[in-house]
Amino acid sequence: MASSPDLLAVTGLGKTFGPGTHQKEVLRDVHFHIGYNDSLAIVGPSGCGKTTLLLMTAGLLPPTTGEIHLEGEAIQGPSRKMAVVFQAYGLFPWKRVAENILLGAQFQKLHVSQEALMAIKRELDIENLDHLYPHQLSGGQRQRVALARAMLLRPSLLLLDEPFAALDLITREHLQDHLLILFKKRKFSFVIVTHNIEEAVFLGRRIVIMDPETHGIGEIIDNPNAGTTGFRTAPDYFSKNMTLRHLIEHPHEKQPLA
Amino acid sequence: MKNSRWLDYALTIIVLTILWYGASMLLGSQLLPDPLSVLRRLLHAVREEIFWEHTAVSAWRLIAALSLAFITAVPFGLVLGSNERLDRIFAPLIYLSYPIPKIVLLPIILMLFGLGDLGKIILISLIIFFQLLITTRDAVRSLDREVVYALQSLGGNRWHFYRHVVWPVALPGIFTSLRISTGTAVAVLFFVESISTSRGLGLYLIDAWGRADYTTMFVGIIALSAIGIVLYEAFDVMERRLCAWKNL
Repeated sequence: MASSPDLLAVTGLGKTFGPGTHQKEVLRDVHFHIGYNDSLAIVGPSGCGKTTLLLMTAGLLPPTTGEIHLEGEAIQGPSRKMAVVFQAYGLFPWKRVAENILLGAQFQKLHVSQEALMAIKRELDIENLDHLYPHQLSGGQRQRVALARAMLLRPSLLLLDEPFAALDLITREHLQDHLLILFKKRKFSFVIVTHNIEEAVFLGRRIVIMDPETHGIGEIIDNPNAGTTGFRTAPDYFSKNMTLRHLIEHPHEKQPLA
Repeated sequence: MKNSRWLDYALTIIVLTILWYGASMLLGSQLLPDPLSVLRRLLHAVREEIFWEHTAVSAWRLIAALSLAFITAVPFGLVLGSNERLDRIFAPLIYLSYPIPKIVLLPIILMLFGLGDLGKIILISLIIFFQLLITTRDAVRSLDREVVYALQSLGGNRWHFYRHVVWPVALPGIFTSLRISTGTAVAVLFFVESISTSRGLGLYLIDAWGRADYTTMFVGIIALSAIGIVLYEAFDVMERRLCAWKNL
């Protein structure tokens, strides 16, 4: 078990793709950590290596340099303590909703009681979708099914890769609220990768800003009031949005606004 | 849906029969017997045990050849499609051997496996093997990377990967390939049954042709076509059951 209070610690993480002279460095010397029952948003423009960073954290892609520790244990592959929600939902098109939801639990031989199953479906408002296939659902419904599937694994850490990027504004905000309700009730930590400034501010208690020029982290800002559904109307929400926007648009200016 | 499918079949048969009737009148019933005479001969043939023996032997050879091709090509295609390194090793071999007309290997195969059922079955399955292998491999190659990540993140192992991802991804392509292969297999069956055999619809047909008994020859054509249609429909029914998610 870990001596560190961190749930997740990422140190010196780097990733280079391709062989020999065709090498392309995507990430360099990335450090961040996240505690228990906490949230972290990783924000940056498209192509800055956010998804690569999340996939490495999830143990789905081996890093070129650096280490990832979850509760003190080095991550060298997918861990049962983590669950991932993907941008394109990661649902299996050939399985009905009921089968998709239970797949992870089935792989990990986790017992899921009928009550637990009904509870998560109720919380995510997907009670009547069991017999449908993913392509028969709306984008929002698909992502709620993916969230339910992840939650049934009772992860300590939930990793979300631009999970609401393909959704319209109202559905996106609705799902962000759903995530925060689960977060409050089920006591887990989450890392969300997004290119959306409002989303990062609303969900991340700390926000990591990626710098596409250095392939590393530009800034990390604290955002302690985030992570509650009421935050969207708080004055701090607007000032943090301004700060974040400024830092992303002027990455090498060290003095943030607000 | 189901009823309209049978109605389509019935309408097609009626149209073909009318065209056949017209052609028979134009060419003369000596060269092209009219459908009614063929039907009468068919009704007579189905009461003879020998006709069913020929049909059963041909059906067995076709089913055995398709099964042999399936159990060899599909697992190989699934592995090649999901393993880049193995695919790179085997790709040159497949590309070189695919265009070779396997039918020219008939003498070698008959010498190796004999003149009985085995040689015929192996030749038919060899011809459809490559078609099935390449379709299966390419279907798996089209796999979305995110689905693989999803499976791994859910704790799926190698067996789960094949069972829950690779197999369902490949299945629709496999059925398409099996349906196409059915036509090829019937054609090759006719060819191999016209050489050194004592049973089979190919022989039945060639024998009638040799005796200038064109009416019986057409009975053979209808019987061979019927086997092809039944197999084609069987694959269609299986696909609708096993790939229900594709048909909604």
